[in-house]
Formats: sequence, structure tokens, C-alpha cells
Amino acid sequence: MATEQRERVIVVLSLSGGNDGLNTLIPYSNANYYDYRPTLGIAEDQVLRINDEVGFHPSMVEMKRMYDEGHMAVIQGVGYPKPNRSHFRSMDIWHTCETDKIVDEGWLGQTIRELDPNAENVLSGVNFGRGLPRAMVASGVPVSSVGDLSTYGLLTGIEQDQRIQALEVFSRMYAPAIGAGPVTDYIWETGRAALKGADILKVAPEMYSSTVEYGNNAIANGMKSIAQVHLADLGTRILYTTSPYNVFDTHANEAAMHSRLLGEVSGAVADFNDDLREHGRGEEVILLVFSEFGRRARDNGGGTDHGTGSVCFVIGDQVKGGLYGEYPSLEEGDLEDGGDLLHNVDFRSVYATMLEKWIGLESRPIVRGNFELLGFL
Amino acid sequence: MANDDIALMAHLIRRAGFGAGREELEARAATGYEATVQELIHPETQHDVDLDLMERYLPEYGEGTALESLQQTWVYRMINTGRPLQEKMALFWHGLLCTGFAKVDNGPITMDYLDLFREHGLGSFKTLLVEMSKHPTMVYYLDNVDNHRGSINENFGRELLELFSMGVGTDGRDNYTEDDVRAVSRAFTGWNLEPTIPVFPYGRCKWRFRYDPTDHDDGEKTFLGKTGRWNGEDIIDILFEQPATARFICRHLYNFFVADEPQVPAWKDTPPRDMEAIRILEKAFVDNGFDMRPVLHTLFNSEFFKDALFLKMKSPADVVIGTMRLVKEHQEVKPGLFPIMLETTFMGQDLLNPPSVEGWHTGREWIDSGTLVERINFVADHVGDRSLPGIRLIVDRMSNGTSVMSPEEFVDSCLDLIGPVEVQKDTRSALIDHSANGGELRRATEEERGDFSRRVTEMLQLIVSTAEYQYT
Repeated sequence: MATEQRERVIVVLSLSGGNDGLNTLIPYSNANYYDYRPTLGIAEDQVLRINDEVGFHPSMVEMKRMYDEGHMAVIQGVGYPKPNRSHFRSMDIWHTCETDKIVDEGWLGQTIRELDPNAENVLSGVNFGRGLPRAMVASGVPVSSVGDLSTYGLLTGIEQDQRIQALEVFSRMYAPAIGAGPVTDYIWETGRAALKGADILKVAPEMYSSTVEYGNNAIANGMKSIAQVHLADLGTRILYTTSPYNVFDTHANEAAMHSRLLGEVSGAVADFNDDLREHGRGEEVILLVFSEFGRRARDNGGGTDHGTGSVCFVIGDQVKGGLYGEYPSLEEGDLEDGGDLLHNVDFRSVYATMLEKWIGLESRPIVRGNFELLGFL
Repeated sequence: MANDDIALMAHLIRRAGFGAGREELEARAATGYEATVQELIHPETQHDVDLDLMERYLPEYGEGTALESLQQTWVYRMINTGRPLQEKMALFWHGLLCTGFAKVDNGPITMDYLDLFREHGLGSFKTLLVEMSKHPTMVYYLDNVDNHRGSINENFGRELLELFSMGVGTDGRDNYTEDDVRAVSRAFTGWNLEPTIPVFPYGRCKWRFRYDPTDHDDGEKTFLGKTGRWNGEDIIDILFEQPATARFICRHLYNFFVADEPQVPAWKDTPPRDMEAIRILEKAFVDNGFDMRPVLHTLFNSEFFKDALFLKMKSPADVVIGTMRLVKEHQEVKPGLFPIMLETTFMGQDLLNPPSVEGWHTGREWIDSGTLVERINFVADHVGDRSLPGIRLIVDRMSNGTSVMSPEEFVDSCLDLIGPVEVQKDTRSALIDHSANGGELRRATEEERGDFSRRVTEMLQLIVSTAEYQYT
């Protein structure tokens, strides 16, 4: 079908808490894996094999299908030098691309500023979740942060018929005839933008129709909301959502928990892609799925503790699927700090590839350095 | 009681504390302004919160391992403290002598650092700066653990000059050179930590400061033109001889307590909003040996403070704590504080975890389309809840009388009882028109009072959604 040329979009799904990469992309032919994972090791015959060495966790059936279709890049051994095992700090590093200093502007916030320098569209960047991830923060960049698309808006606690009147009063108060100084004028302008953003976003679920039925979980809800906003053509270029806070922090009881979570991610991601395809829009979007770190090679009996080098995914109909990077060595002597997988692809290479090859932006100022571009686009 | 007195008292309590309901404001106004200032600047004369009770009923508050439990503890204390200025000064210093949990990742010492502000926050700034330089939270946060004789790490040395004392420059001139940064860094070599106990499997333990003379560079250093074998304390002594230090700290006080200034990086080239006010504060600071208490006494009694109503943007902490105090919620230990505490983060102030060592940008930078929606919805949801005691109180006062209220009287009374809040003429007209459109404001019968109280809370919700309400 002939489609009009639409602008390319980046979607990010953040797996908060530190996803266990070793049990996501499983090196099932490596004996060390089973030595390190006496309780959490996934049996060889359970693994969804993609070659003679590695395969996906058994609950990732949908993602395995997407991999087989050739539109999913699996980037192995992703990380950064001198890994930090604090959730906050490591997530900050992924958000800001700055490993040494603490800075406050995020890579996607800067990207939005490049794409919409005059902040003409209040919806150039949309986050699903409460509070902005630092990745989306940059000064002068308006980003809408939406807790729940179906109820998003101002004064949502007021009952419906009264709320319509309240919003009319709000509009009037925020658009006075006379200015009141730069700061109050700025608040009024921001309030009008928020009202407008909410008004526009409201149409997304109304316009949406699809045969795809997403799962009933927070990750699926986030991906569905993203699909709704993208399909509504609101000019949004960057969309972001996060799994429930720290759910991937599987220090204990990992087997059941991690299996459920990977199933949710796999289902949501595949449904999202199917949804876009159903609307003939699969070629406009790439989706990055990442986590702030992996887990230690050895399990702790019931779970795994904070580790380093892990796996991330870039998915989309224009993505050249396959394995990128190398699986980190599991030899005892090769483990970093005595127990962690050593990274061999810097996460900023993944970002740089997305920025340069997908959006066509110079990546260096955004990812704060020159990083090798990968071949997945 | 003159309404001006209430407005001024509300201003003082919002700035020097976290606001208060109407009854408390009236009681304080009756006691008098100066008596209230004295009470505020002498927190030791007032009861602190009952920490034992708090930790008994909600042990996770006191446990202090996860950031969220530390934040809940602090939010609870800010709501319920009998020493509002002590907590407000802790918030002030936390935003100035910044450390962040993202890096430090240790609850016990993070809370201990906050206690340092409670202990010294109203005392000598010089003492505070020395104690800060020795505090493990800071030693770790700004990498002084990696600052060694012969191999300096300049992170702490630079920020001590740039962010904690003089600032980059004053009146367009630089305050120090790169050589000064290196001299300071050398002077603080050996200001280190005792070996720390590993997190796994022992959990977070309190780290301890250790001065290691063998790691200290005892050589001659030249700092701001003075040469000697300076150690850290000597550097701080020299810093307090600099007019730039008085200027910098007084400008911070002005920005925090009086009126929004531009962001700190602009201070070198942008003169203060009110130079005369800064000079008054500088004089109090220097004349009193860098003691904060007399400076704050001067500040709260100054005309420039009393004239500064609604010249500052509320911080997220001001919004969240102020709302709890207005509606009188979470004034005892009970579950449910967690989602309230999270609101400060949603509004852009992740307490104990500022975005960088520069702290939070303040003023209008608190506001963007996401945070404005969070603010308005959070406060509107609370002031719309007639089951909350603070809101009942306002509704009861409004309902006290049988006459039909005019829309003007109705709006003005609501603005008065929830603040007093001042709004633009256009805003007031919009509110009055809305009230007039809703029909007569009757409150004589039970049924009328039911509808009337709904209209009161709806008016409060509209008031808190105004641009004017975002100011303190």
C-alpha cells in the first residue's frame, strides 16, 4: 500500500530494576552458564534457540517470532566502562550518556530539542508514567507526562459536568487580556499548552481502533497508549514508557517473577508491532528495549544481584534483525570484578546508531562523544 | 484582627516553614510577629516530631535503606515538625550543599547528613562548611575519597569554591583561578573515609570520616594570593575573609526566602534583584561572625521581606507539604504517605536526590506542562475533599451565616480563607462570573448548605489551579 511519507519515530521501553540478561538471552550451550545458575538455569530443552549457542527465555515466544521474521536486533554485551551497580546512578548514566559527571539533560530531551527547536508542538515528546525520566529532560523542552491516557488532563478530580465548566474557567483565567510579567505569563502559556496537549491527546483513544488485544498489565498498557498516540498522527516523535518501578530487581524469587515479566514484555512488544502493521505504520517506528544493568553471573539461590553487561533490543520493520555484539565470555577469569559479564558494546553506540541512521541527527553532542555505529539500521 | 496581620503571618509561615491552616495563623497573629520570628529562629525551644512513635508504627520510615523510605521520613517531619524553620533550613542547605542518593546510595549517612543541617543549619555557616567537608556523604559524593597526595581529584575543591562559598564570580569578575582550584584540592587531600564495609552481604553501614595525614599534601600552596602550608580548615578560613562568600550565601538566602533570583550560574554577571537587601544581609552575616540565626532575624524583620508576598514560585516541597498542612492530613502516623511523598518527585523535586551538585533549578524552572498538571491536580484533589479537617474548617466558616452571599463576597472569602491569596483582576472576574452563573449562593437550610459547600470546594479547586496560587 502506498503510504505518505511520515516522520520517523523513536519509542523506548525501559525495564526498570536491572533485567537479568543472562536469563533473557541464554547461552544454553555453555557449561559455565549452568555452573553459575544452579537454581535459576533454564534447561537446554526449554530455551527458544536462535542458533547453536544462544536462545531466548521460554516465555519470550512472541519476541522469538519477531526475531525469526528478521526485524529484531539483539545487542549482546551492552554496557559502559566502570559499571555502576546503583539503580539510580546507572539509570542516570543511560539517561544522560555521561558516565563520569552528574548532569541533568537527557539524550531524548536533547533529541526533541533538535527535532522541534522552537517547541512548536507540545506533544513532540510524550512520556507514559508519572514524573519524567531524566532521558526526556532538557531545558526549554516541553514533554507531556501522562499517567493514564484515558483519564489524562487537568482538574480530573472534578466530576464530569462540573469539570467542563471548571475547564472553561481555567481557559479564561489562563488567557487574560493583560500580561502580568514574564513569569506569570509563562505559567499561563504553560497552562494553555497543558490544556491543549490534554485536549489533543484525548482524541488518540477515541480515534483508535484495532483488532490487536493487548495484555492486561502495566507494560502492555504503556505500549498500547504509545500505539494510540502514534496512530493519531499528533506529530509526536519520541515516546517513552517504563515498566513498573524496579520490578526487574529480582534479588529473590526470580524464576517465577522474571518469567512472568519477560512474557509481559514479549507480548506487549509483539502486540505493539502487530498493531502498527495492521495500520500499515510498522515502518515508521523503532523501539528500543533496555534496562539499566544486568545481574551477576551467579545466582544467589533464589535470585540474582546487581550486575553489569546485559542485552538490549531494537525492534521495527526497518530494523535489520540479528545478533549484534558478542556474547560476553563466561570464563571465570573473564568476569569483571569477579562475577560480572564484561560489556563489549557501549550503549551509546546503540543510541548513536538510532540518532544518526534513523533520525538523521548528529549524535556526538547528544551521546557526549564519538561512538561506533552498529549495523542494525 | 487586621487582615493585613493574617496575610503577613501567612507569608512568614509559608516562607520560614511550610504554611499553616487558618486557625494556626490567627493564633500566631494574636501572639505577634516578632514573637513568632523568635520562636522560629529558636527551634530548640519547640518540640520536634516524636520520632519514636513514628518509627514504632511505621518502621520502614526509620529503616533508611531505600530512597523512598528516607523521603517519607523527611516528608513526615516537614509536615509535623514543631520546628518549621529548622526543617526549612535543612531543605535550604540540602539544595545548596548538595549530595544525591543516586550516587551515594547509602541511607544511614544520607539521613545523618540531613541531621547535620538540623544541628548547624541555624548556627555558624563556617562551622557547617567544615563539618560538611568532613561528612562521609559529601566526601564520597564529590570524590574526595579519590583526592590523594600527588594525585588530586578536583571535584570537591572546585565545587567548594563554585557552589558552596564564593561562586564563580561577583559583579562580573572571577572569584578564583584554576590554580586556586588545584590549591584547594591539594589542601583537602587526606580528608577521606575509614575503610567501608561492603554493601553485600552486610547492608548499608554508616561510613566514617578519617583524616589521613600520610595522604595529605602538606606542601606550600597559594590560595587567593595567600601562601602557606594550608590544610582544609585554613582554606575555609580564607574563604570567610572574602566578601564574595557573604554575597553568595546572602543571595542564596534571598532567593530561597524572599524572591526568585536568576539561576546560580548567572550570578557572576547578573546583579542581585535588590542590592540594598543583599547588603543588609551581608552586614548581618559578617557582623555576627557568619552565624545564620541573626541573619534570618534581620531578614524576617526587614521591609524587603515583608513586601515580598507572592514573589517566589512554590517548590514541589512547598506544594506538597503546604497542602498537607492546609488540609490537615497525615498529621499523625498512618499509612498512605507513600503516594503523597511521590508527588514531590512527580512535580520535579526528588528529595535527597537532586539532579546534580547544582541542586534544583528554582523559580519558573519548576514549571513545565507535565509538572503544572501534577501540581494543579494534586492540590485540587485535596482541597476538593470535604472529609479532610482543614477543608471542613473552611467550608464551616463559609457556611456560618444565613444570608445569601454575593458572588464577590463568596470569591473573596474563599481567597481569604485558603491563603489569603492575591489574584489578578481578570482572574478574580473569571471566578466571580463563574459563581454568578451558578445561581444564588444560599446557605440558610440544610439542603442549601449541602449545595453551598460543594460550591465552596469547587471554588477552592479553581483557586488552586490559578497561576497566582503557584507562587508563595
